[in-house]
Amino acid sequence: MPSTPIAGRWTRAWSGRRHWPLVSVTGGAIAATLVLLPLVFLIVEAQRSGWSEVQHLLLRHAVAVLLWNTVRLTLACTILCAVLGVAAAWCVERTALPARRLWAVALVLPLGVPDFVVGFGWVSIDPALHGYLAAVMIMTLSLYPLVYLPVASALANLDAGLEEAARSLGLSPWQAFWRVTLRQISPAVLGGCLLVTLALLAEFGAFEIVQYRTFTVEIFTEFKLGFDTVAACVLSLVLVALSIAALLGELSLSARSRSARSGPGARRIAPRVALGRFTLPALAGLSTVSALALGVPLGSLVYWMARGSSTTLPSASILSAAVHTAAYSAAAAVLSTLLAVPVSALAIRHRNRVTVLLERLAYLPMALPGLVIALGLVSFSVRYAFSLYQSSLELIVAYAILFLPLALVGVRSAMGQSSARLEEVGRSLGARPVTVWLRVTLPLIAPGLGAAFALVFISSATELTATLLLHPTGVNTLATQFWAYTSEFSYGAAAPYAALMVAISAVPAYLLSRRMSTLAHTEQRS
Amino acid sequence: MNRSKLPVLVALLSLAALALSACGSGTQGEQAITLYNGQHEQTTAALVAAFEKQTGIKVNVRTGDEAELGNQIMQEGSSSPADVFYTENTPVLEALRERGLLAAVTPSTLAAIPSRYDSAQGDWVGVSARVSVLVYNTSAIEPSQLPNSILELAEPEWKGKLGFAPSETDFQPLITSIVKFDGDATAERWLKGLQANSKIYPDNETVVAQVNNGESAVGLINHYYWFRLRAEIGASAMHSALHYYAAGDPGDLVNVSGAAVLKSSSHQAAAQKLLAFLVSHTGQETIAHSHSYEYPLRPGVAPASGLRPFAQIKPPSLTPAELGDGSKALALEQKLGLL
Repeated sequence: MPSTPIAGRWTRAWSGRRHWPLVSVTGGAIAATLVLLPLVFLIVEAQRSGWSEVQHLLLRHAVAVLLWNTVRLTLACTILCAVLGVAAAWCVERTALPARRLWAVALVLPLGVPDFVVGFGWVSIDPALHGYLAAVMIMTLSLYPLVYLPVASALANLDAGLEEAARSLGLSPWQAFWRVTLRQISPAVLGGCLLVTLALLAEFGAFEIVQYRTFTVEIFTEFKLGFDTVAACVLSLVLVALSIAALLGELSLSARSRSARSGPGARRIAPRVALGRFTLPALAGLSTVSALALGVPLGSLVYWMARGSSTTLPSASILSAAVHTAAYSAAAAVLSTLLAVPVSALAIRHRNRVTVLLERLAYLPMALPGLVIALGLVSFSVRYAFSLYQSSLELIVAYAILFLPLALVGVRSAMGQSSARLEEVGRSLGARPVTVWLRVTLPLIAPGLGAAFALVFISSATELTATLLLHPTGVNTLATQFWAYTSEFSYGAAAPYAALMVAISAVPAYLLSRRMSTLAHTEQRS
Repeated sequence: MNRSKLPVLVALLSLAALALSACGSGTQGEQAITLYNGQHEQTTAALVAAFEKQTGIKVNVRTGDEAELGNQIMQEGSSSPADVFYTENTPVLEALRERGLLAAVTPSTLAAIPSRYDSAQGDWVGVSARVSVLVYNTSAIEPSQLPNSILELAEPEWKGKLGFAPSETDFQPLITSIVKFDGDATAERWLKGLQANSKIYPDNETVVAQVNNGESAVGLINHYYWFRLRAEIGASAMHSALHYYAAGDPGDLVNVSGAAVLKSSSHQAAAQKLLAFLVSHTGQETIAHSHSYEYPLRPGVAPASGLRPFAQIKPPSLTPAELGDGSKALALEQKLGLL
């Protein structure tokens, strides 16, 4: 259409993108199917119980206590994680903090320590540790990376132009941060908080250890002691309701804080702030966080390796477990990230009720206990796809469903920051959609993809519940072996498996930190 | 490292995953059965190795938490890949029996074990047993202070001294036992007393470890947790000892670990052979010497040295059928907010 008048350029840009949604829509449909599987299982199981049983299960005093416990813990932890995550990310990405690369890895690593190792570490330091405050502290220390990582990625990708404009208009550095920077990174902050909230709803291991009773703890009890899948599914519906509330809340907050580039041109990378006399306090703060979040669990592992009489070292088994863990986690991370791209693209570039619903739906599995998701997959594959049952592929798909929200947050915030105008310019210059995607969109959202991959990889490497149900018979992962040894007191033998889990998680954390800094570096030079 | 290396690494790892999954399922040819194992992994590994050597039948072992495996079998229903299910406790086997998922055990296998340790309907066989005991810290408690009955632990004098794990499958049998011998009201009062007196721990491993280091003075456990802790940290680090309740006390329970063949199994003969092996002289000797510190149930097989002889344990009469699937005990615990 060479003769299109200038006025028609916008409509052309829009209609030209119709090729692109075809891919997105297919990807989105696959994601929706996978996400709906466990939810359908949950509803089918729950409705088997009948209304009177639902009443009996839900309308009792204990449920009010569980609800209160769950809500107050979730609120406190989410707020603390937001403060800690944003502060740490700002220090690492925007200041001249010494040893930034080291911090960038150390601050992510608590995510690579499984909850049962964290609980184990704290209880071995102070056996009396239990209740609300203990749960808040332990969960904040293990979940703040879910805020840190997307926020660090957003800060690394930030255009300094707006901030400089704000400063030139007379705002103090603090005011500029509060009114401009924070607003720009708010999709990442909100996304991270959403992840923390959902992860808290599904958490079990650590709460069991510090004796803090939430809905998920109750669900496990129904499963383990009552063999009552129906009751567990009815209780899980409450978790679904709570997470829908969180999802709607995040949606309305993020709608208020739309962020966009100041202009279509290349962004400027902000110079790092010199910390001056605040260097020591900042270092002390980060050291404290790392010592508590990483030092405590790792310290207890070292202690048991030194003290326990049982040793692992049929080294073949630990090596094979490590290779399996790494391979499964990497495959799950790729799959999750691939699914997150079309879901985010639809929700951001083609925003309507259906695409937003799809995006919100994809978050739900994270708030459900891994046991429920895994049993849903068991129930489905046993009936309709038996050849997949307990195959590597099924385990990988389970991880991808469970951790899809982690990938979504990474991809979504990057896509929200990248301006659609750039794609439109590419299209208007005559490039094919695929070319535009590869040469414009992909480089723009690359840091988000990296964050998505790292988050899913680390979470998959430490997942235990779904792994126990779905792994191929005869194949062990680091998490299953750690669990098997600790359940028979062989702490000395168990410790190397947990140490290796943390070491494997360090790889994507390290690569990610390098990528973010090289990216910033090359753009600064260009 | 430049940008191009990360995708390459990822692709390699994904290929490795596919390759591994391909060779994971490559053991066909000879006869193979699948064992869902809720028992401690190392004991099972020793048993399976001896069975494979004796019969040439390959056993694929899937280890997990017994309750989760039980739920999984219920979901799998008639298409369960499991041929045999081996558990630490009987309630999960009873739950599967009630749902009609277990096959009858060969009579000669049942006959090898005293019938009070087998399923009343003959759907699972008892393999080994543990005794419910009180572990006490030797510097905190004098032997003369120790109770004859588990009921005494609900008295105010034990306030702040007791530790137990109400969410463990080992705990409900104690409630069921007290309900049977002393009635519902006593059981509820006992639980309330316990609740007032105790620290609650997530599992029995933590109970015995915390009593040993003095955090709690006494704790409710099964005997073998203490022996396993001793094996891991050494006798010199043990600051605790075991106390057995008086003969016939409702706390002096014997908890049975059992095994069953799934009705859905297409390898019934081989699966029954594995059950027969578990209760054979060789199988029971393997259990006795595998550092599991459980009592073999076959008459004439001695337990690991250091254990109190099984004949000296005089539990009250509580059959696995009376123990049931533990749902009543669970309801009571939920009512009192212990779970």
